[in-house]
Amino acid sequence: MEQDEVLRVEELHTYFYTQEGVVRAVDGASFTVKRGEVLGVVGESGCGKSVAALSILRIVPPPGKIIGGRILYQRHLGADRNQGISEVLDLAELHPRSGQMREIRGGEISMVFQEPMTSLDPVYTIGDQIMEAITLHQKVDRREARKRAIEMLDQVGMPQPGRIIDGYPHQLSGGMRQRVMIATALSCRPALLIADEPTTALDVTTEAQILDLMRNLQQQMGTAIMYITHNLGVIAEMCDDVVVMYLGKVVEQADVDAIFYDPRHPYTQALLRSIPRLGEKTKRKLEPIKGIVPDPYAIPKGCSFWPRCLHFISGLCDQVQPEPVHVVPNHAVRCHLYKQESR
Amino acid sequence: MGGQPDREEMLLEVKDLKKYFPIRSGFFRKTVGYVKAVDGVSFYIKRGETFGLVGESGCGKSTTGRCILRLIEPTSGEVIFHDENAGPLHVERLEKRQMRALRRNMQIVFQDPYSSLNPRLTLQQIVGEPLVVNRIARGGELQDRVAGLLKAVGLRSEYMDRYPHAFSGGQRQRISLARALALNPKFIVADEPVSALDVSVQAQVLNLMESLQEEFNLTYLFIAHDLSVIEHISDRVAVMYVGKLVESAKTEDLFLNPRHPYTEALMSAVPKPDPRARSERILLTGEVANPANPPSGCYFHPRCRYAAEMCKVEHPILREIAAGHFVSCLRAEELRLRGILRQS
Repeated sequence: MEQDEVLRVEELHTYFYTQEGVVRAVDGASFTVKRGEVLGVVGESGCGKSVAALSILRIVPPPGKIIGGRILYQRHLGADRNQGISEVLDLAELHPRSGQMREIRGGEISMVFQEPMTSLDPVYTIGDQIMEAITLHQKVDRREARKRAIEMLDQVGMPQPGRIIDGYPHQLSGGMRQRVMIATALSCRPALLIADEPTTALDVTTEAQILDLMRNLQQQMGTAIMYITHNLGVIAEMCDDVVVMYLGKVVEQADVDAIFYDPRHPYTQALLRSIPRLGEKTKRKLEPIKGIVPDPYAIPKGCSFWPRCLHFISGLCDQVQPEPVHVVPNHAVRCHLYKQESR
Repeated sequence: MGGQPDREEMLLEVKDLKKYFPIRSGFFRKTVGYVKAVDGVSFYIKRGETFGLVGESGCGKSTTGRCILRLIEPTSGEVIFHDENAGPLHVERLEKRQMRALRRNMQIVFQDPYSSLNPRLTLQQIVGEPLVVNRIARGGELQDRVAGLLKAVGLRSEYMDRYPHAFSGGQRQRISLARALALNPKFIVADEPVSALDVSVQAQVLNLMESLQEEFNLTYLFIAHDLSVIEHISDRVAVMYVGKLVESAKTEDLFLNPRHPYTEALMSAVPKPDPRARSERILLTGEVANPANPPSGCYFHPRCRYAAEMCKVEHPILREIAAGHFVSCLRAEELRLRGILRQS
């Protein structure tokens, strides 16, 4: 593992064994998150982006199971999460309830969920919930924890943090609750923050505030972020590198500029053409992607995108699974169109 | 209003529409105040156009749509539907039976295609219900009509005997559209019809709505919070904030040349799908005002970066600042606001 990588996921497979059959939620996903950078994970519902995040933290709900692959996490021993002697752990190997995993979860890798309304406990005060995270992972007493909680609330732009800390979640608006979630997640100075659609439930003006806040905190603290969203606009605003997922697989990975200006995978290209963009009012027809995301129990053979693809090659795409190809350094595509070029 | 079109062109007029929800409290459920969900909204919709209504959650855009159809009874105000044959009809005064007749002309498509279709009914029952209720078709004719409607929205007529659970979100929204079209309406309120859908499917439904509009000569009131969707589909747009219209204009005018600070901030807040255009965004401070206890003067003034002393006391009224461009801002004339840059 390279020094500048905090997380490297290799060929991750997370399957759900249900009565109706096996759902291959994550089916061979590989990507890396670099220290202090923002990796965007983009895809439509059912592409496995959230399950990938839950797998990293080892909180995949049953009947889901990680059945293959490695989740390499490079941690630094010592106070600073980004420097010093390092060791590499395979999170997929650890027991979900082991001491080591508990240390990492919430302490070194933390998560912000989509629904700020449901991810806070309604019967505990804001302060209790932030302080729980702090006292679990740091050797401090309650008074010190409370002080730090107030500091965190202040950092996330909460007005009157000393008063809010004794309030309850229902007294806050959606945007404010998401600030509390971010404060909790960052209270232990994690090396990696996983943000799963943190602004999807919010209004645009609130979303802009939260995005701005996350960018600032990320730069201040040097936390790496894995940012999961379906919104290409948010990806363009927030991320350094981007991973595009479709039906459990990473179909393209590149830096953010290449994804928007030089997309190679037909799915990425189609996705970018299908969205209405502000300032392009010409009453032109949108170019939708034909068909629908297939049923998770019946993923097409070969490349899973072929039934919707404009460049479908009969006899190849519907038979052979394409492997990721590096079209240029740091730009990988999983598509048969590029196999020939690279040879 | 000078820019108003003549009666011929107009399909729907809304005048000073208000909907106040009482806040009750205590043992005797005494009314202690009102949530002014819609607070004096006026606009008109022309025949065959798409009128976009945009705003953040809680601004009253859905309530406005529902008051027009009288799914919610408005507190006061006028809703006038210009029927080609019967002339102008005051929707808010119609009796039950007249209202039922009018509903043939006005339909609605809801946001959530998972909860707006009855899971116990087949597609034929769902799409055919309006035809049965209004005694328009039955038996074989009913089947033919339903098949035709399903085809019009891009679904196969063989699906007629299936239940909604067998369909994806996008397909369900097509079913909702088929049901809305069953009575051959003139006017459809589309309340966030694509916001629950995946991006790749959104485009399909938007294109379908556009082609249906041409085919069936429809007029849409398109309610959404997503500005890029609104810009794409609408001919004219109105922006709402805390129960009031703050600006309305032709789509191009509004997006290139916004005249209300809220419109400007809203447009600037939308994340643009272009990493080379990471813009200097106008960040609004604070949060949307509470409609039960709105601020004094202009409701937007506590968050407005252009607010002056007078904005705290004086209520701005919606006025025409240029042909067809309405705005309710006291400083509209002097401000030079930033629109969306046109991309070639």
